[in-house]
Amino acid sequence: MARVLVGVKRVIDYAVKIRVKPDKSGVVTEGVKHSMNPFDEIAVEEAVKMKEKKLAAEVVAVSCGPSQAQETLRTALAMGADRAIHVEVSGAEYETLQPIHVSKILAKLAQDEKADIVILGKQAIDDDSNQTAQMVAGVLDWPQATYASKVEKKDGELHVTREIDGGLENIKVKLPAVLSADLRLNEPRYATLPNIMKAKKKPLKKVTAKDLGVDLAPRIQIISVEEPPVRQAGSIVGDVDTLVSKLKESGHV
Amino acid sequence: MMLTLHQASNMAHRNRVINLYKSLVHLGHDYPLGWDYFRPRLKAAFMKNKDVKDPEKIEQLIARGNFVVKEIETLYMLKKYRTLKKRYYSSENDLTISEFTKKIESDL
Repeated sequence: MARVLVGVKRVIDYAVKIRVKPDKSGVVTEGVKHSMNPFDEIAVEEAVKMKEKKLAAEVVAVSCGPSQAQETLRTALAMGADRAIHVEVSGAEYETLQPIHVSKILAKLAQDEKADIVILGKQAIDDDSNQTAQMVAGVLDWPQATYASKVEKKDGELHVTREIDGGLENIKVKLPAVLSADLRLNEPRYATLPNIMKAKKKPLKKVTAKDLGVDLAPRIQIISVEEPPVRQAGSIVGDVDTLVSKLKESGHV
Repeated sequence: MMLTLHQASNMAHRNRVINLYKSLVHLGHDYPLGWDYFRPRLKAAFMKNKDVKDPEKIEQLIARGNFVVKEIETLYMLKKYRTLKKRYYSSENDLTISEFTKKIESDL
C-alpha cells in the first residue's frame, strides 16, 4: 500500500485583509492571523480519504518554515495525517524561500520516506506561485497530475480528472506520482478540538534544509510589492436622461 | 467512595457539557463577526439552561449543541469555498463550477 506525502504551507488566513509594508518589501505578517493554505487543506483531505479507503497506508505531512509551521502541521495531524515532518527554515531565510527550494526539499523527503504519492495544493494563497508540484515532479522525474478535481486508483494507476481551461481532462498516471489539488477535489474536514488534542500525541520530526542537502540561496529578488489599485468612486446621476447620455459617452450602450 | 448511579450519570453529563462548551469556544474564535460577538452569546445560551436537571432534557440540549457545532463548521467551510471560488475562478458561466456548487450546497 502506498505512502502519501502531503505538503502544507502556513499562510495569512484567507479572511484577513492584506496590508502592504510601507517600504514595499512585502506584506505585514506580524500579529496577523495565519492558517493552513486552503488548497493544502484539500490536499490533506484527499490523502486522508485515500487512507480511509485503504488505498494508502500512511499519510505524512510536511511543512517548511519557522517554528510556527508546526501549528499548521498540527492541523494536518488533527485532520488525520499520521505523522509530520517540520523542515526548519529560520525567519530570515524563509522570506526568500521560493518554490524551487521547497520542491527540492519535498523531492528529497519523498525519496527518504519512500513515498508513492506526493499531494500538494495547486498553489498557496499568499505568493500564488503555482510551481511547487510541477517542480517536485521535475526534480523526481515522476509523472504529474496537476489541478486534480477527481482521483481514483485503478490497477496500481491513478485516474485523474484535471481542471483545464474550458473543461476537464482525464489522464492516468503510473505510481509514483505527484498530484496537485484543485478547489473542487473534495470538501476538507474541520480540525475539531478533540482531534487537535489527539494530534498533540502524534509524532513530529524536525529536520533542517541542510540535513537534506538543499541550498536555500534565493534565485529571485523581490523588487517591490504594491497595493492593488483602489476602485474609482462612483457618482450619482440626477435623472434617466443623464444616465443614458453618460452610458453612451462611455460606450456601454 | 462509591458513586450512586445517579451521581455517575450526572458526572458524565457534566463532562459532556464542558466538552461541548470547549468545542464551541474553539470554533467561536474563527467566527466571522468576531470572538467578542460570539462569546457573550455562547455563554448566555449555556447559562440559560444551567438549572436544567431532567436527564432527558439535558440529552436534548447536548444534541442541540452538537448540531450547532456541525452547522458552524459547515458555515466556515462554505464561506471559505465561496471566497476562494470568487477570488480564483471568475467565469460564472462555467457549467462544471455551478454544478459542483449545487452539489456541495445540497450536501450541506
